Amino acid sequence: MSLYFTKEHEWIRVEGDTATIGISNHAQEQLGDIVFAEVPDAGRRLSKGQEAAVVESVKAASDVYAPVSGEVIEGNQAVADDPALVNTDPEGQGWFFKLKLDNPGELDGLMDEASYRDWIKTL
Amino acid sequence: MSREVHSGPTDETQARGTPYSGDPEGGAGLPPEQLDKLPLDSWHRSKGGRMVPFAGYEMPVQYEGIIAEHLWTRENAGLFDVSHMGQLFIHGRAVAAALERFMPGDFQAAKDMKPKYSLLLNEEGGIIDDLMATRRGEDFYVVVNGATKHGDIAYMERRLPGEVVIDHMRSQALLALQGPKAAEVLDAAIPGVAQLGFMEAGPFRAFGHPLWISRSGYTGEDGFEISIPAMAAQDLADWLVADERVKPIGLGARDSLRLEAGLPLYGHDLDDRTTPVMAGLTFAINKRRRAEGGFAGAMRIMAELQNGAPQLRVGFEVEGRQPVREGALVLDGEGNDVGKITSGGFSPSLQRPIAMGHVATGLAEPGTALKLEQRGKLFDARVAAMPFVPHRYHRKGAA
Repeated sequence: MSLYFTKEHEWIRVEGDTATIGISNHAQEQLGDIVFAEVPDAGRRLSKGQEAAVVESVKAASDVYAPVSGEVIEGNQAVADDPALVNTDPEGQGWFFKLKLDNPGELDGLMDEASYRDWIKTL
Repeated sequence: MSREVHSGPTDETQARGTPYSGDPEGGAGLPPEQLDKLPLDSWHRSKGGRMVPFAGYEMPVQYEGIIAEHLWTRENAGLFDVSHMGQLFIHGRAVAAALERFMPGDFQAAKDMKPKYSLLLNEEGGIIDDLMATRRGEDFYVVVNGATKHGDIAYMERRLPGEVVIDHMRSQALLALQGPKAAEVLDAAIPGVAQLGFMEAGPFRAFGHPLWISRSGYTGEDGFEISIPAMAAQDLADWLVADERVKPIGLGARDSLRLEAGLPLYGHDLDDRTTPVMAGLTFAINKRRRAEGGFAGAMRIMAELQNGAPQLRVGFEVEGRQPVREGALVLDGEGNDVGKITSGGFSPSLQRPIAMGHVATGLAEPGTALKLEQRGKLFDARVAAMPFVPHRYHRKGAA
């Protein structure tokens, strides 16, 4: 299993050819109280950089992008039902969707956890 | 994740009436050194306030979280620093009559120490700002919005006779204590304030300084607005939050509280193309003034009072859970553009999305079903009576 992060404050947990995607703890802190989440349906094809999910806090609306290309295996219904899960467990149960990876090569160049945690200190 | 789209008052574009897109900090790319600091700047930071640019100041948008702060204010007492607002002392010969040139209130008959909501109007009847004006003897104490204060002063100075003077009270801070427990808390520090009724004000003393306190606010709750010398503001703030019923509350909750209370926010729900009739603020146009006119924009405003305005400010209850925010379009059953959303968000008290906007007058009746369009998506909504959450003001004579 490997964990990657993007500069858009998303994380990707890869197991075999399956990627689980969510937003980082830093992102949920910046958003504040999350009141709405919309996750993609299984079977939807996403290309890298495409809008995949929506997350809204009291103050702000954001899109969650597909950080890599693939086919959606599952959207996290628990997050759609209880968006506050993204605040309480952003990098665990608050995941947004799972993808079957098209091209594991797209993971190259993403940050590992230590690099990401260091990078956000500079923001 | 994308950069966020802001809605609500956490940036200094509010006075321009344009929705602002920016980062979660409301950064606006302004270097911090161009922003003013509140007298309580370091106090806010020490309390965990997340500071964002707003109205030219760095201001706390939240401390522990908007929803928790919002609900705390509805149940206990919240302390707001609104020192960015402009506090003006207007005095000189025949000041009351002079103010009536550009405001539709009856200032000549205004009773001492009774704050009145009023509107600064342009010659076309558009709203330059909304404000509170209180007679203090022969003079008037006026509180205007922070983002508009410099423009307001310039506008009034151009139109006031030479013998009327505006003092901008820059060394005064303004704190608001709001919520059902505000009166019992504040009366312990400043005996006598609980005797004030809603929309009454008066001079008090505390911490060795003179204060001006009015029973008013911007949350729909009972509460007070306290004008205090900036040098004494921290003493009062410390004293208040030492009481376990009081927590500091940021701009984020201030916005969600006032939206639930149906109170308009200048630069969003009101602007210089909105008349008092369109804004549903005709209560601010005094009876004598309606008969006599003689204020800026009177021709148009009196015609609209007679014949109605083409559009009105209304509330919306939005179906589903997704907030619909400023800038969304209002559509009728045929898909025609019939208005726009000027404020919107998630109501922490009602646990649902609510919004405020302008809509064609024929569609402004509560219950009217309309569609809202945001980022290509349609939402079902109904025109709703405001306030969304009932006001709980302390009216004298009422139970």
